[in-house]
Amino acid sequence: MSPENSTAERDAITRVIEERRHLDGALLPILHGLQEALGHVPAAAVAPIAEALNLSRAEVHGVITYYHHFRQAPAAGPVLQVCRAESCRTMGGEALLAQARASGGCSAEPVYCLGLCAMSPAVMLDGRPHARMTPEKLDALIKEAAR
Amino acid sequence: MSPLQVYVPRDAAALAVGADEVAAAITAEAARLGSPMQLVRNGSRGLLWLETMVEVATPSGRIAFGPVQPADVPSLFEAGWAAGHPLCLGPTEQIPEFARQLRLSFARCGLTDPLSLAEYEAHGGWAGLRRALALAPEAIVQQVLDSGLRGRGGAAFPTGIKWRTVAQAAAPQKYVVCNADEGDSGTFADRMLMEGDPFLLIEGMAIAGLAVGATRGLVYIRSEYPHAIAAFDAAIALAREAGVLGASVLGSGRAFELETRVGAGSYVCGEETAMLESLEGKRGIVRAKPPLPAISGLFGRPTVINNVLSFAAVPTILAQGPQFYQEFGSGRSRGTLPFQLAGNIRHGGLFELPFGLTLRELVFDIGGGTASGRPVKAIQVGGPLGTYVPAAQWDVPLDYEAYAAIGAVLGHGGIVVHDDSADMAQLARYAMEFCAIESCGKCTPCRIGSTRGAEVIDRIVSNQNRLQQVQLLRELCDTMVHGSLCAMGGMTPFPVLSALDHYPEDFGLRTP
Repeated sequence: MSPENSTAERDAITRVIEERRHLDGALLPILHGLQEALGHVPAAAVAPIAEALNLSRAEVHGVITYYHHFRQAPAAGPVLQVCRAESCRTMGGEALLAQARASGGCSAEPVYCLGLCAMSPAVMLDGRPHARMTPEKLDALIKEAAR
Repeated sequence: MSPLQVYVPRDAAALAVGADEVAAAITAEAARLGSPMQLVRNGSRGLLWLETMVEVATPSGRIAFGPVQPADVPSLFEAGWAAGHPLCLGPTEQIPEFARQLRLSFARCGLTDPLSLAEYEAHGGWAGLRRALALAPEAIVQQVLDSGLRGRGGAAFPTGIKWRTVAQAAAPQKYVVCNADEGDSGTFADRMLMEGDPFLLIEGMAIAGLAVGATRGLVYIRSEYPHAIAAFDAAIALAREAGVLGASVLGSGRAFELETRVGAGSYVCGEETAMLESLEGKRGIVRAKPPLPAISGLFGRPTVINNVLSFAAVPTILAQGPQFYQEFGSGRSRGTLPFQLAGNIRHGGLFELPFGLTLRELVFDIGGGTASGRPVKAIQVGGPLGTYVPAAQWDVPLDYEAYAAIGAVLGHGGIVVHDDSADMAQLARYAMEFCAIESCGKCTPCRIGSTRGAEVIDRIVSNQNRLQQVQLLRELCDTMVHGSLCAMGGMTPFPVLSALDHYPEDFGLRTP
């Protein structure tokens, strides 16, 4: 990591902690803030969060690793979440996930329901929902995202 | 000439099929033609197979067009947005699947701009809260009790009894918590409500706060719902500015403040005690009960926890009276449930109806059968922990007791349809696999049982001691049902055993 990056990261950690430490149950809001700012929750954040919230580093680490949403390293490219739950599964979601994983160019991840079940199968690309997916539409989506 | 008023939904389901692109095409075409137009981004009416469903206001009411693609837009302008266009669906409220509904909680959803306080109030908003402010707290609780409202999250516990318990508990701080961690697959009513009529949830929670003496509320929304989070946060800011939330609710001198908290991709955090842990900033591990959250909940304080749909029903109950609400329904299931039709379904969407109709009416009369055109094989009712309901039971009325009597659950009203290509053994395996992924790990039957369950199903399918393994699966399910701390492990056997009981041929067994 370049020194500028690490300074930017340190600044973001300090800023997010200061913005949110006063909240009740502040740990999840802080982790969300970091992931929004940096794309992941860096290891360097664990000690300052623990210090600010009067928790042990093990407790902070335990929370980061418990929740599927938090990532400890940046995603490899755009994040493509493909729903694996029953509704999408019965409409071909599993094949779409396999296709997404095989295609490269984005970080394909399983998700358990996007709330778009009446128009299954559904995916979400960097927070944007896409439903009534087909292999062709997914292919176009991945190509566009990778550009 | 007054400008043409055009409605294009901003609901995530509409966005997922290109509503933003349709809205942009409409704006561009209106500008090209120089025709005055006012674009409203409304919620969705819930007729999701028709999305993107565009509406225009006419002197005789709103007319719907759908499903609209950006390429259709020039021809819609050319036709003057009139009935002659092939995409015209006629008056929105006369579309058969809409007309037969009883929209109480979703009355405004799709009708209004979700973030317009003026429209919310013009369509009956805050009437329930104003009524509640004129009542003593015990009287509010009594109205909710009299309405017969039961928890819409799935457990169906009487809402009024929960509220009374919290009201009677003495504490320096009490909380109202909304469970908007709508993790059940096949359900999207909470999402649609938060995106399409967020002030209704604020109103319901404020009434709960007044009833139980809680000045603070938290809404726990799942991270998979970025649009609902954004809409609800915006609504809270507007309600605060308008004096609905804050130190003096609608000038009453009584305080109620609301905040959102975002989940982080854990299904089990939809279980109320795991959600409390998560709200407190911990891992979402289930707590043993007692103590009940109503006595010792968030940060150890008395806490009302209800689902989005339970809170959303409350303003109607207060505004129209408990008698009005409890007139609808069947047996001890009073009022309406927003049913959500999903999976392999022709007319998927949200349909708010009184309890008591049958699955057959819902899936075939309203839903139009499968999207694939093949026969329906199984219908999972009540989310990933609900049973697969076979054809023989499709005429059982959809109410809590009638469903309990056949060993099934209504849950949150999610209904997922599978056609005859579904492999029920693989769906049963998936139920175990999902439990293994999402188990919080606190109790052994859930943590270990789910992994062993998937392995046992694999052995059944590949015919390794099949009959013995079936027996083992049943014993394992028995342990999970009776030995798990919460519904995650306790109900995962529901889809598994219903698949095994009703579709034995998919497990390589002879049909009974």
